[in-house]
Amino acid sequence: MSQPQSEIRYLTPPTVDVKRKKYCRFKRANIRYIDYKDPNFLKKFLNEQGKILPRRITGTSLKFQRKIAQAVKRARHLALLPYVTDMLK
Amino acid sequence: MNQYETVFIVTPVLSDDQMKEAVKKFSGFLAENGVEIVHEDNWGLRKLAYPIQKKSTGFYHLIEFKASGELANRLEVEFRRDERIIRYLTVKLDKFAVEYNVKRHKQASNEPVKETKEE
Repeated sequence: MSQPQSEIRYLTPPTVDVKRKKYCRFKRANIRYIDYKDPNFLKKFLNEQGKILPRRITGTSLKFQRKIAQAVKRARHLALLPYVTDMLK
Repeated sequence: MNQYETVFIVTPVLSDDQMKEAVKKFSGFLAENGVEIVHEDNWGLRKLAYPIQKKSTGFYHLIEFKASGELANRLEVEFRRDERIIRYLTVKLDKFAVEYNVKRHKQASNEPVKETKEE
């Protein structure tokens, strides 16, 4: 570090990283149909317990969040995804 | 006429021939009623994500067909009556789904990757 240490001290370190804008991957990649037969893809939208992640985390648009929810539920019915689990992924 | 897609799971206690016969019963049922079968796919024996009827594996089979809603209902009745079927799901395909499936079939036929297709 070439700069001299600044006098100001923060209790909580200031957020250095620039907030990355969330985006809907389906809109960006122009995907219009979500396949319920592809559990590995759907796993991206689940947490470790197999619950569907909220939009505020994945950044998915409402339109596709609904489709994801539908696809995940279909996959669960066909035993492609578990209803309840631990340590998915 | 709508396009439907149905996935069903056949119980794993059957032998290979018995399983094929069970599948044939349903594709035969569709053929008898003059249904156009668009695509058929056998996923083989797969592990289930959770046990169904105390079984942890099952034969998955997929049929894509064009039929009236009334016939799709009758197919589901057949599934319910058959003890060999442990799970089924019939889905109506919208235009995006049809597009997606066509694309996928093309991909599958262009690059035959470890798929054991019997036609």
